[in-house]
Parts: sequence; C-alpha cells; structure tokens
Amino acid sequence: MTVLKSALNPDSDSFKSNAAHMQGLVDELNTIVGKIAEGGPERSRNKHLARGKLLPRDRVNTLLDPGSPFLELSQLAAYGMYDADIPAAGLITGIGRVSDTECMIVCNDATVKGGTYYPMTVKKHLRAQEIARENNLPCLYLVDSGGANLPNQDEVFPDRDHFGRIFYNQATLSAAGIPQIAIVMGSCTAGGAYVPAMSDESIIVQNQGTIFLGGPPLVKAATGEVVSAEDLGGGDVHARQSGVSDHLAANDTQALMQARRIVASLNRRKNPDLALKEPREPLYSPQEIHGIIPKDTRQPYDVREIIARIVDGSEFNEFKKLYGTTLVTGFAHIHGYPVGIIANNGVLFSESALKGAHFIELCAQRGIPLVFLQNITGFMVGRKYETGGIAKDGAKLVTAVATAAVPKFTILIGGSYGAGNYGMCGRAYGPRFLWMWPNARISVMGGEQAASVLATVKRDSMEARGESWSEEEEAAFKDPLREQYEHQGHPTYASARLWDDGVIDPADTRMVLGLGLSAALNAPIEKTRFGIFRM
Amino acid sequence: MTPEIEKVLIANRGEIACRIIQTVRAMGLQTVAVYSDADEHARHVAMADEAVRIGAAPVGESYLRADLILKAAKDTNTDAIHPGYGFLSENAEFAAECENAGIIFIGPTADNIRKMGLKDEAKKLMIDAGVPVVPGYLGENQDPDHLLAEAEKIGFPVLIKAVAGGGGKGMRRVDTSTEFPAALRGAKREAAGAFGNDQVLIEKFIEKPRHIEVQVFADTHGNAIHLFERDCSLQRRHQKVVEEAPAPHMTDFLRGQMGSAAVAAARAIDYRGAGTIEFIVDVANGLDGAPFYFMEMNTRLQVEHPVTEMITGEDLVEWQIRVASGEELPFDQGDLEIDGHAIEVRLYAEDPARDFLPATGRLTRFRPPLDEDFTRVETGVREGDVVSVHYDPMIAKIICWGEDRATALRHLSRALDQTEIAGLSTNLDFLRHTINHPAFAVGDVDTGFIPRHIKDLVPAPQPASDSILCLSVLGIIAAREKRAQETARASHDPWSPWAAPTNWRANLERSDTQRFIDATDEERTVTSARKDQGFILTIDGVAHHAHFHDHSEDSDLCVVIDGKRLNSAVQVTNDAVTVISGGRTHHLKRLSSRVDLEDDADGPGAIIAPMPGKILDVLVADGDEVEKDQPLLILEAMKMEHTLTAPRAGTVTGLTAKDGMQVNDGTVLAQIAD
Repeated sequence: MTVLKSALNPDSDSFKSNAAHMQGLVDELNTIVGKIAEGGPERSRNKHLARGKLLPRDRVNTLLDPGSPFLELSQLAAYGMYDADIPAAGLITGIGRVSDTECMIVCNDATVKGGTYYPMTVKKHLRAQEIARENNLPCLYLVDSGGANLPNQDEVFPDRDHFGRIFYNQATLSAAGIPQIAIVMGSCTAGGAYVPAMSDESIIVQNQGTIFLGGPPLVKAATGEVVSAEDLGGGDVHARQSGVSDHLAANDTQALMQARRIVASLNRRKNPDLALKEPREPLYSPQEIHGIIPKDTRQPYDVREIIARIVDGSEFNEFKKLYGTTLVTGFAHIHGYPVGIIANNGVLFSESALKGAHFIELCAQRGIPLVFLQNITGFMVGRKYETGGIAKDGAKLVTAVATAAVPKFTILIGGSYGAGNYGMCGRAYGPRFLWMWPNARISVMGGEQAASVLATVKRDSMEARGESWSEEEEAAFKDPLREQYEHQGHPTYASARLWDDGVIDPADTRMVLGLGLSAALNAPIEKTRFGIFRM
Repeated sequence: MTPEIEKVLIANRGEIACRIIQTVRAMGLQTVAVYSDADEHARHVAMADEAVRIGAAPVGESYLRADLILKAAKDTNTDAIHPGYGFLSENAEFAAECENAGIIFIGPTADNIRKMGLKDEAKKLMIDAGVPVVPGYLGENQDPDHLLAEAEKIGFPVLIKAVAGGGGKGMRRVDTSTEFPAALRGAKREAAGAFGNDQVLIEKFIEKPRHIEVQVFADTHGNAIHLFERDCSLQRRHQKVVEEAPAPHMTDFLRGQMGSAAVAAARAIDYRGAGTIEFIVDVANGLDGAPFYFMEMNTRLQVEHPVTEMITGEDLVEWQIRVASGEELPFDQGDLEIDGHAIEVRLYAEDPARDFLPATGRLTRFRPPLDEDFTRVETGVREGDVVSVHYDPMIAKIICWGEDRATALRHLSRALDQTEIAGLSTNLDFLRHTINHPAFAVGDVDTGFIPRHIKDLVPAPQPASDSILCLSVLGIIAAREKRAQETARASHDPWSPWAAPTNWRANLERSDTQRFIDATDEERTVTSARKDQGFILTIDGVAHHAHFHDHSEDSDLCVVIDGKRLNSAVQVTNDAVTVISGGRTHHLKRLSSRVDLEDDADGPGAIIAPMPGKILDVLVADGDEVEKDQPLLILEAMKMEHTLTAPRAGTVTGLTAKDGMQVNDGTVLAQIAD
C-alpha cells in the first residue's frame, strides 16, 4: 500500500483562513440543525410531555442500543419550504443500532403540525424506505401522526410517490424479507392506520396510541355514534379485540423496550462479503480537511489531501496515476472496509472518463464498493474535445456508473455541475447515500456560466432584431440569474428538497462513509451487468 | 505423624472449613468436606480432597444433621471429625455419637460440653473452682430487707431484674442503699404488671464492661495452659465484630490472674482440647486491678482464634488435632510468649445503617487484601458467590499483625483500603470508621463503644462527590465499550463503526446523560460528551475533563479526572453503579429510562376472562399482594381448567370473580394495581 504524504502546512496563513471559513459554514450548519432538532414549538412540546409521552428524539435514543451512533437522514428536509417552520419535515429518519442490528428508524414528530405529512415528509419517509430496501435494513416505525396534511393534499395524496407509496413499500419490503415493525405511540388516523396494520409486528401504547380509519369526529358525522378515541381504537381495543396490535405497552419506554426485544428475535445475521482489514485512523486528522478547501472555489487543490484524511492509515493504492490525471482513482480501506475511490482533480477529459469507466469495471468485477468524491464543473468543451469523441467517452463513464451494482457512495465536496454530476454518481445514479459538504454547490451549470449563456443568447437575438443592449442592462439581466443559481445551488436549498441525504461537516466524512458502508453490507453485493459501452 | 488420624472430615462450611482444611492438608492428612445443595460449588468443597453432599440448603437439613454427617464420615472411612465452630461443635450428643462410632471428635469430650452447656451448672462449678463469677442473688426469699442485705453484699451499683423478665421491664439500676427500697418496689410493681410475677433477682451492675476472653488448651495427659487473652468488646447485635490480642492496656498481673482463673476453670471440668473462657471485666476504674467475672466457656475453636495464632506463632487447629490423637501439648506455659499485636475484623454482609441487618446477595466483586506478611485473610467465598439467607452472613475475617498495636492498626487500615467488594451491603466502611476512630486508637474500648460512637461509625449518608459521579459515568462508558467490542468481535463485522458506543450524531451534540440517585436520595445528572481522546463530564454546570488512562484486564478503571489519576473499580448493572475508589464503596441507583422494563409483561394488569366459562376457584382476595405469575383464578372452560396468573407483581383490586360464577370472554375479573 502506498501511504499518501500530505504537502499541507497547517501553520500556513492560507490553511488557517480556509479552516476558519469552513468552520464558519459548519457552525452555521450546526446552528440550523440544532434548532431543527428541538422539534415543534415549545407549547406543543410541553403538551406532548404533559401527556406522558417522550419527545421524538428521546424515543429514538431510548430505542437505540446505548451509545449507538445514529446516522440521521435529511435533517434539513423542508427547511424554508413552507409558510410555517416544519423542522425536519416533522419526521426523524435514520439508521441506528437496535439490539445489535442496524435498523432504519422512521419516527413521526407530533409536535410539528401533529406529525402530519407535508410533501417533503412523504418524500423523506419514502427515501428512508428506499434506503431500507437497498441495504436490507429492518424498519421501525414510531408512529404518532395525524396522517396526510390536508391543505397540501394535492402534493401528498394522489401521485405514485405520494402517501400510498408508504404502504406499498411496507408490503413489498415485507415481501422482500425486510422486517416491518410499528410502534404506535400516538395517533394513526385514516391512511396512517395502515402503518401498523401493514407491519409484520406491532406494539401499541395504552392510553396513547390509537388506530382507526375514521376518528371520533368522522364517526359522529358519518353515523352519529359517539365514542372516545380510546374506545374506538385504543391499545386495549387493538391488543385484546381487533388484533391490529400484537403487544400492549404501558408507556413509551416499555413499548420501545418491546421493540428492542422484537428486533433481538428477528434471527438476522450480517455477513459482509468483503475482505475486511483491521481499521486504522488516517495519519492526518480529518479535521484538517477544513484547512484544505480553498475559500475561493476557483482555486485548485490536490484531492489526495482529502483522501489522505478519510482512508485507513492514509493508504491509497492509486490506479492509472499517470493517465487521465484530472480524475484520481484508487483502492483504500475506510473503517476496515475495502473501497474504490473516484475523485475529481479538475475538469473531465476523455482520458479521465475512460480511466473512470475502467476503474468502475474493476470494482464491479471485484465486488468493491465505490466512493465518489465529487467536485466537478463538467466535461471539457471545445472543438478539439467534441471531435475527439468526449461525448461517447463521457457516456462510457455514465454507463459504468449507472450499471455498477456494487454499493456506491457520493460526497459532494465542491461543485456538482452538469454532466459531471452524472459521471460522478449524482442523485439520479442511485448511490446508496449521497452527502453534501456545506461549501458544495449543485446546479446544471455555474451561476456565472448560466448568466453568460442566457445573456449571449439574448444579446444575439436582440442584435439579430437590430436592437441594442447596454452593458448596464446586461448586468441587470445577469445579476438575478446569478443570485438564483447561488440560492438554488446552496446545500440547505438542496437538502431541504432531498436532493441528497444530508449536509455534513467535512471532518465527519470518514465516519459517515464508514457507517454507510457498514449499513450497506447488510445486503449482499450483487453481480454487475454493464450495458453497451459506445466504442 | 499421628498414626491414628489419616483423614479428617470437616463438619462445617465457609471460612472455618477452608481454614481447617489448610492445616489438615499441611499436616499431610486427607480432607473430606460436606456440603448442602447451596454449597455445591463453594470454596471449601473445591479445596477438600473429597466432598460429600449431605442435604438441602437449610441447616436443619444439612449441617445440623449429625446422622448424615456421621454417615458421610463412615462412607469416606474418615478417622476424625472437626466440627469447626457453630453447627454441631458444641453438641454433646454428636461428640458422643462420634466416639461411639469410633470416630475421633476433634474437640472436647461430650462430658466437657455438657458441663459447660448448662449455664447455671457451669457457674456453680466455677464458684467451686474459685473462679470469680458476677456476684448476684437469685433466691426464693424476696423479703425487701433480705434483698437489701444481698445487694449490700454484692456491692453497689446493682441491677434489680425481674426473674420472669425481658425487654427492660422491671429492671432498675441502684447506686446506693437508700435508693434501694423505692427502686425495689418499682421493679416489683412493674414485674407483676408485665409478667404476673414480681420475683426479682439482683446482680452486680457492671458500669463499663469489657469482654476479655482467655484461650485455653488442655491435653489428655493432665496438662492445661492458656494462650493469653483476646479483647472482643466491640460488638453489635450482641455479636463480636472486632477482636484483638493482647487486650489493650492489659497488665502482666491481670493477665496472670485471668490466665490462672481460666486454666483453673478448664481443669475443673477435666477439659480436653481448645476452649475459651469468656470474662466480663469492669473497667469503670481502668483495667489495672479491675474485677473480672466468668461468663461462660466456649468448648470449641473460636471465630477469632487467628489473633491468638498471630501473637503466639502457633496453629491452634494443629494443636487440636494433635491433642485429639492423644499427643501431649508441645509446650509448657513458660514456653509461650506474646509477640506483637494482632487485630481481626469481621467483614459481614449487613447494613450498618439499618441496625446491622443481615444482607444477602451475590458478590459481584470481591477482592480481599492480599494474604501476606502482616495480613491474614480467612474467607469461604469467592467473587461471584452468593451470600444466602441460609447461613451466617460473614464474608471474611481480615487479621493484621504488627510489632505493636499502632503498627497492627496501620496494616489493618491499609488492608481494608485494599478490600474491594460490591453486589451487596457490607460493614466494610463501618469497620474502617471503627478501627480508625481516635477512641479505638487509644484502646478505650468496652461493650458500649459502638452504641456510644455510632454517629462516627455509621455517619449520615453524604452526597456523591463529582469525582464519584464522573467515575460512575466513565464506568458505564467503559462497560458499554467492552460489551460493544466483545459483541462486534464475535460477529462477522468485527470492526463496525456502528459498534462504537460514542453517541455519534451528525451536526448535533454527541452527548449522553446519565441520571443517578445518590446515598442522600438526591437525583444527580451527569452529561458526558467526547472531546478529542477524552470526555467532558458536566455536573451541575461544572465541567470536568477526563480520559481513560489505561484499561487493565480485570476491568479495573484507571482514569484521569481534572488532571488527577484515580484507580477505581466500577460495577455497572442496569439499575445501579457501585464505585470502589480510594478504599471506599459508593452505591448509586441508576435512573435510566430502560431500568426494569426489559422484562415486563404486556401492559398493566387487568385480569380478563380469555373465553366463556365458570370460575372454579378464586385463590386471592382484594388487597392481596401478589407476585408476577402467581395463580389468581381458575376458570373452567371447554372442559379444561385454565389458571389465570398475575401479569405482574402488585395488589389485587376490583376482584369481581366468585366461585361458581359464569363469565363471558372479555370480562374483567380483577385488576393488579401497583
């Protein structure tokens, strides 16, 4: 193994100013997430507690093995998207260990609009189920939700990937042998009633949990029958009479302990089909990544400096080091798991694309998971490159990325623009997890380029009509475009819409990848069948 | 060596069985242990060459069963039985049966035991032998003048006691003749009222009693000697807890007097073997020239015999065996000398804060001090063993020797600081406070010592210090890490980052909160967060910096807290943490949200008829306390009897079921409330 040698000087001014800048971004992120983690308004939280219920994050913590990491997903979901604050889209999702088993946990936050499903809530719930399916993770639903958010019903109910898909997923996940377990800790009204009903095994909390297709007001309206929520669909009803629930718990904590027991008896064994190696910390602290990323995004840096701070022992066996040098490829271990790393070190040329495709073939053949460190403005443009067939070489890379069946992991460490996003395993290419650094940007092209392209098109058409366009007018045309791109390409904007699985501190990249890799190994690594590579 | 004895059965258990086995083995003889079901894996069984099961756990079915023990002896071709102390050791019949069966009883003759077993008889024998006994009057003549005359003969102060008495009723202390008539009338009135019998007796009142006993030894060749005295004044619940030899401030003159009296006592009954004459010494005016009185003779080896062994260099068990096999005592009185000073403490499973109530439980940790140079440890249990309700709750005796008393005390203090014990309440801290008490240091001991100093010896509980709270949390973290690592190593994913119990979170605090109830019943909260390679532990807003210094194999915890290195042992269970640090044991209850819930059955306790049927039997009544799974009702349905049991422990309320009642399914028949 080759040990990467860092050329970085942590005492240099540039390092310090870069680090300070990144720390500022991370602090800002932590502040936002910290606020989101508080959940709904204080009044709602106090009301929730007064009922003897645990707050959703405490429910998750109680459910997890003591001290277990929790790889939370989409913390920023719905951030700034709706009129009201909908922290985390009113739903906590993430992977954590329960009875020594990695599980997908989906926990409603009833303190946020009664736990009702906004469009982003649905998307987040479905994403969690997708991750569970791809990685073969048992699902634990901590249900406390009023169901679909009625004012937003058009974006929540009718379409394929809307509310109904949750139950479709439960059925098909269960069919795939992935345990579906519901813990009813509050309302499960109307459609929500199907979460426990569609589960393999369910628990209900007495005097807290209710399950019914129509709540007491609807029953009264429909038939005139007056009935309390507890008598209509409380714990005793469902555990003793209807059989909708399998276990009755006296309170939240007991319910969560019962869930732990259920997971303990699932008879599952993780059997990673990889040559594992005892992990070692990198030789250089992951924290130093903060000092690597230039404040000025146009400044280049060697991506190996980042790899050296992510991989075990900073050991990296580079593949085709001398060829297609704008793409760095090579083998390493992260937390003891073997990985193939593909990292951008400049714009993509034909050679880099071919090298990337070759490397992906190697990893797919050998069953080695792929990690993409994405920082790409795009493929090289210009006559020379088009005539050289960069389109078909790029297509080879995209084909390889799209069809490689090994687990793929993508980190947006810088720009994610245009076809570069495709070639480097953007969201559309089905990475098991996709994370974004707070300095990263994502859009079809850079704001400046987009403004210039549109301005050029406009100037050409105006000039064709014989009109004139002043420099000032052009600047006034370009400024809002630039601003729009900057706004929409920002990590919080992206993450709010679930274009990724979350924004992370670059210093946590090693841990996030380690947890993700380990979680992914709950599913067997499939054999790859590539499509046609245009030659 | 002795031709007669080749194999010895030890009719006892615990530390004394172990101690006897040690000597028997050192003499080159075979050992046979006996055991009850509760002791199958006990230390004494493991130590012996052979072991025989004699019965169930209760002593009445095992260690007190002379017939079973004799059978075991015969079955194993044993030549001799050593009874230890307690159990059958002072059972004259057993001694006689042994001899009838041709098995040597390592102890006194049946006759010796019988004579000393009847207290009044013994007292008369002693008076005849010229051994002083507590002066008193017990007679039919209850004439007040006669009683006053008797009191004057005894010498004031005296105690008037109801003959039929108990509990202090009809008891009066009288200091002068003038007070006597009034006190007598009061005592008689009370006695008549309480017991319907106004007879009283009069006894010398001992103002400041010390319990000093003399070890004697006699052989079958007419030799009898003493091996000096032991002071056993420190007692709680009328049981000795600290013993030492020689007695503090003992003079050669008094020792000579008491020794002679003791030997005379032994000779008076033609004693054989090891015995102890217990005296009460009135030290109201100091020990020099103090009057001493015979109380009783223990015709066996005493618990506290090691202190005598340590100041004489002799092995009393070896002497017992030699004498039993007919050898002559190897020494004359003149050969014996006191060398230094020895102090013994008895480590008990008991709760000093609850009037020394015996405790039971598993010794989840038990590391006595090392048995070396100046320290001797006698124990019958090991870490992991259970102290049960069936037997004496003594865990160990720790005995230290020094050239003088102060040195012995220093060794003992250190030995107690090295003792680590967890899992049940013990008197360890009490012992430490006792031997370190200034009054004990100067030898100001008497039987009132413990009640007089109880506030110092059993101090009010203190709030847990920050360092104990930090150690508790670090212990929990270490236990978690250990468990996580073991689980991971045993899996196919041995280095999974998921196994690291670091509370890792993205973009959020990676902290963990532990809540405890300390000895003062206060809730204490500690928040821990990882920082670099260590932790920041926050208690009441104060941050402490800590890191693990070294993980040693035996789960000891070595940590650095705020720059100070601490060695400790921390025991973690779901509901409690025990911290042993600096020789102190601290117990904290855990207020974890998980506590006690893992095993709960479904839901709270409505007892509901599972199907239509007839109630055949109601086994409980409203208000009854029931255990989990206790049968409550029997329901006949579908030609089958169904027993309905309590889903959890609690109180029966709302019982509607009656014998013969027909019930529908779903009928609530009773509730189990907290």
